[in-house]
Amino acid sequence: MKITPLNRVLLLSTCLLAGYQVVAGIDGLENVPTIAYTIAFGVLVMAGLMIIILGYDAFDSPVVVIVSTIIPLSLSLGLVWEHSSAMRFTYLAFTILGLLVVMLTRSLSVPGRLATIVLALVHGVAGMVVFLLPSILAAQGRMAPGFGLVGLGGALIGLGGLLLSFLKTGRPIVSREIILGILPGLLLLMTIAFVSGFALA
Amino acid sequence: MLILRQSIARIRTYIPLIKTLQTGLLLSTGVAGYLSAHTSADMGLLVGLTTSLLLAISGSTILNMWYDHDIDTVMNRTHNRPLAAGRVSLKEALWLGLVLSLAGASWALVINLLYGLVVFTGLFFDVVVYTIWLKRRTSWSVVWGGISGGMPILAGRVLAVGQIDFIGLLLMTAVLFWIPTHTLTFCIHYFDDYRAARVPTFVSDYGFEATRAIIALSAIVAAASIAVAGVMIGVQAGALRLMAVLSSGLLLLSFASVFRPSDRANFSLFKYASVYMLASMILLSL
Repeated sequence: MKITPLNRVLLLSTCLLAGYQVVAGIDGLENVPTIAYTIAFGVLVMAGLMIIILGYDAFDSPVVVIVSTIIPLSLSLGLVWEHSSAMRFTYLAFTILGLLVVMLTRSLSVPGRLATIVLALVHGVAGMVVFLLPSILAAQGRMAPGFGLVGLGGALIGLGGLLLSFLKTGRPIVSREIILGILPGLLLLMTIAFVSGFALA
Repeated sequence: MLILRQSIARIRTYIPLIKTLQTGLLLSTGVAGYLSAHTSADMGLLVGLTTSLLLAISGSTILNMWYDHDIDTVMNRTHNRPLAAGRVSLKEALWLGLVLSLAGASWALVINLLYGLVVFTGLFFDVVVYTIWLKRRTSWSVVWGGISGGMPILAGRVLAVGQIDFIGLLLMTAVLFWIPTHTLTFCIHYFDDYRAARVPTFVSDYGFEATRAIIALSAIVAAASIAVAGVMIGVQAGALRLMAVLSSGLLLLSFASVFRPSDRANFSLFKYASVYMLASMILLSL
């Protein structure tokens, strides 16, 4: 399936917006969240560029699963580090271990459904943190209402992850063409939500 | 009116002679070299730099194409170029290349003597040393081609600071070592073309594996040089962060090409390398 010019524009916009966030959106934070957000938005930049360069073939790479885990993991680490100081080191350990286990189970041929369970657990926890933490903080008035948009981004990343996993398992509820057709738009919407959410915080 | 139409049509025929993407990328390095000084930019100088570099780079590219027209005829990828396909005569291309090169180098010399000398050196290395002397003799010609490719950024820097400084040389080194990620990946992808044209390349001399390793090593040096230059220039932290992200991408693709070699990995690196260089130049200018 060929990538359409519109989707190229959407992907390029995603790259530019995520690149802007790395350059100008995360100044003045502590080291860990700065690194975490740089990784999250940096991976978004790279993912967008690789889809533009390789086309939808990029999704056939086994690295996609790991890359799509890095984004919510590092974003959630940044959020936890900034807004839940009691959980900082526990969540840092979860992030590092989670990523390592996902990488290991994806690289080695592990028996049964272990790889899927590990991925669902790590991706699920990270996704819930990105969705819930900003939404709760915004709802409680501890952060500006606009910060809730980061939670919306978390919901969109969850949707994207779900679509990608349908694609990878070969059992999509909608066709591959539809999934690939809407992913660039979804990536852009997600990035807009994150960038504007952080800006409005 | 007819003459005007004919002239426009002729110019359109000439445009492919200057390899617009490659020329544009080299031009962007020159502008970035100038802006890297972070002094208040003199618009007159900037226009002079852009125009003189555009003329010199275009001229040398046309002379390169003029000299290599026989190779282009043999190679599948290039047989449809204006000279190889006969749409532009050899004499016409030679004159056009000479006029543009001389105009570019002269203009550069008028703007600033040292800047002009750097531009002229780049032109000389590209046309005489790389194209005429070494390209058909040794695969190591790419080093000299790389040096000439690094001259626009050095020239831009020289024009801004008035001397050849360490940062300028570092920026030139970055381009020199970036070039294998661009040219050697290309040689791998079009290996059969180069073999048919009997042009020695690293692939034909040392094999695919060694060439991929050289590309990866070059990428490390290029990324490190750009990073150090960025820090020394005083590029803002955010731009450095994005530069680190983009450099990681370059390194990951280079290593992927070594450890999981495939034409897809190789050509992805080739395409990504151009985006990387353009983005790095923009970031260095911030």
